Amino acid sequence: MERTAEFAINDGVLALSGPYLVSSVSDIEHGIYAVEGPVSKIDLSDVSEIDTVGAWIACDLAKEHEAEIVGASERAQRLMDAVCGHETDTEVSSPREPLGQRVYHSFSQKVYNARHGARGVIGFLGALILAAGSVIRHPSRFRGKALVRQLELVGVKALPIVGLMSFLIGIVIAQQGAVQLQQFGAETLTVNLVGRITLRELGVLMTAIMVAGRSGSAFAAQLGTMKLTEEVDAMRTIGIAPMEALVIPRILAAILMMPLLGFYASVMAIIGGAVVSDLMLGIPFWNFLQRIQEVVPPYDLYVGMIKAPVFGLIVALAGCYNGMQVEGDSEQVGSRTTMAVVTGIFAVIVLDAFFAVFFTRVGWA
Amino acid sequence: MAEASTDNGESQNERVGRHERFRGEYPIQVEGLVNRFGDQTIHDGLDLNVKRGEILGVVGGSGTGKSVLMRSIIGLQPPTEGSIKVFGRSITDADPDEALGIRDRWGVLFQGGALFSTLTVGENVEVPLKQFYPDLSPELMHDIARYKVLLSGLPEEAVNKYPSELSGGMKKRAGLARALSLDPELLFLDEPTAGLDPIGAAAFDQLTLQLKKALGLTVFLITHDLDSLHEICDRVAVLADKKVIAVDTVPNLMELDHEWIQEYFNGPRGRAALTAQALDELRRHMDEPIAAQTIKALDNPPAGKDKA
Repeated sequence: MERTAEFAINDGVLALSGPYLVSSVSDIEHGIYAVEGPVSKIDLSDVSEIDTVGAWIACDLAKEHEAEIVGASERAQRLMDAVCGHETDTEVSSPREPLGQRVYHSFSQKVYNARHGARGVIGFLGALILAAGSVIRHPSRFRGKALVRQLELVGVKALPIVGLMSFLIGIVIAQQGAVQLQQFGAETLTVNLVGRITLRELGVLMTAIMVAGRSGSAFAAQLGTMKLTEEVDAMRTIGIAPMEALVIPRILAAILMMPLLGFYASVMAIIGGAVVSDLMLGIPFWNFLQRIQEVVPPYDLYVGMIKAPVFGLIVALAGCYNGMQVEGDSEQVGSRTTMAVVTGIFAVIVLDAFFAVFFTRVGWA
Repeated sequence: MAEASTDNGESQNERVGRHERFRGEYPIQVEGLVNRFGDQTIHDGLDLNVKRGEILGVVGGSGTGKSVLMRSIIGLQPPTEGSIKVFGRSITDADPDEALGIRDRWGVLFQGGALFSTLTVGENVEVPLKQFYPDLSPELMHDIARYKVLLSGLPEEAVNKYPSELSGGMKKRAGLARALSLDPELLFLDEPTAGLDPIGAAAFDQLTLQLKKALGLTVFLITHDLDSLHEICDRVAVLADKKVIAVDTVPNLMELDHEWIQEYFNGPRGRAALTAQALDELRRHMDEPIAAQTIKALDNPPAGKDKA
C-alpha cells in the first residue's frame, strides 16, 4: 500500500508525513493551507519523499505562520535552499483588460489600423509599380522561370477544380432558373439566363473566389514563411529584390491566368446548363449552344474579360502584401493568410458591384 | 492504486512507485539499438547506460545520430530494433502517444526551446502541470510556475512575456523552466549552449550543474561545446561508427587511441578548451593540488602534429 501525503496539527506543531511531491500534494493542498494558527513549528521529519513543490509548500507555510521548519532531511534542506526566496507577484498570464474595454479597444484598434492598412496596400502597390518599371527597363532581370512556375500553380493546376465548380454552378442556375421561368411558360429563356449570367458575372467572380482561396492563401503563407526564416532578408543581402523575384511573378501569373480561367469557367458553366436543359427541358444540347450564340451579346464576354485581370491583381496583391507583412512568430502566418483570403474576396465583390453599375451606364447592359 | 503497471519482468526493486523516486542504478538502459531510415543505418547495435545522478555528455560528429538517440530514448522515434528502458520500463513496446507513466518523470529541452508561441513563459511552464495534475489549485500552479522560471535564472518580468519577446538565451532558459516544471528526475538537453555567446553558455553550464546538484537530477546532455564537456560532464559518451564507442571521463577518453576522439579532444579547439579549464583550475585552487590528469593532458602533443 502506497503512502499518501498527510498532515496533522498537534500543539502548535504541524507535522507533515508521507510523500510531498507534485504528484501527491493535490489531495492535501486545500486542507493544509486552511490550517488555523498558531503554528510555531513545521515538522518534516516524517516526510518520505520531497521535491521542489513540497519544499515550496513547506516554505510558504512557514512564512504564512511565521513558523520554524524542523526535521528537514538533507535533501529537503537543499531543495528549500534552492526554491525559497523565489517569491514574486508577477502575473503568469499576460495582463488582460476587462471585457468591455477589450472590445472597445480592439474595435478602435481595427478602425485605426484600417487607415494604416489602406496606406500599406497603396504603398505596396506603388513599390510593385516601381519594381515593374525597373524590370521593364532591365528585361534581363525578369524571372521567366518563376513566372512559368507560378502560371502552372495558379492556372493549370486549378483547371480541374474550377471546371468542376463551374459545371455544377451551370447546372444549378439552369435547373433553378427553369423552375421559375416555367411558371411564365418561358423556359426557353433559361438559355439567356445561363449564357449571360455566367459570361458577365459568375464565371469570373467564382473563379476569382477560387483563386483567392487556392493561390492568394498560398502566396501569403509562402511569403510569410520565407520572411520568418529570413529567406527574404537573405535575398536582399545577395542583391535580389524580393519584389522582383517573388512578388512580380506571382502577381503577373494571377493577372494572366484569371481571364483564361474565367473564360474556361464560363464555358464549363454553359456546358453544365446545356446538359441540364437537354435532360430536363427537352432543349437538345447542340440547340442550347446555338441559342447561346444568338442571345448573348459579345460585350457580355468583354465585360467578363475586362474584370478578370483586375480581380487577379486584387487577389494576388492581397496575398503578397499580407505575406510580406508577416513578422515575429508563426501565428502571424496563419492570421495573415486568413486576412489575405478574406480581404481578397471582399475587395473582389465590392469591385464587382462597381463594375456592374459602370458597364450598365456605358450601355453594355 | 494508480500503479497498475504490468510487470515486464524487471526485478522488484527497479519498479517505481507512483510517489517514489527511482532508486535503481541506471535510469536509462539502451541495448542493441538499431535505427534505420530507408537503407541508411544510423545506429547499429548501440549500447548505453546512464548512471543515476550523473551528467552524461553525448558527443559525435554531425549526422552520427545524437538527436535520433535522444528521440529514441524519449519515445518519439520508434527504433528498428533493440530495447530501451527508462526507469526500468520499456519504451520500445509502447506507442509514441501511449501513457507510459514515466512521461512525468522526465523533462526535455529541445534545441530551439520549442516553447508554445501563443502562451507566456509562465503559462508554458504550467502546461505540463495542467496536463498531469489538473487537481492542483490555480494559485499553487502559478506559484510553481513563478519559482520554476526564477530557478532557471530568468528575471521576474519574463514570467508573463511571450516567447517572441525573448532573446535566444532566455528562450533556452524558459525551455528549461518548462522541462523542470514536473520536478523530473531525468533531464534531456539537446545542445543547450548552441547559439549562445560564451558568457551565456558558461552561465547555462553552471545553471545545469547547480540544478543537478540541488534537485538531484540525472542529465542526458547532447553537446558540441567542449567547454561544457570539460566543465560539467561527469562522463562523456562518444558516438561514432554507428555505436557508442566509449563512455568515460574526459581525461580517460583523451588517452584512447581513436582517430575521431583524438581529433575532437586534442584538436586546436579541444586543446584551447582544455587549457582554459586548466588555467581556471589553477586560478581557483592556487594552493591546492590540481587534478594530475588535467595537467598531464596538457603535455600530450596534439594528434594532428604527430601525423604531420
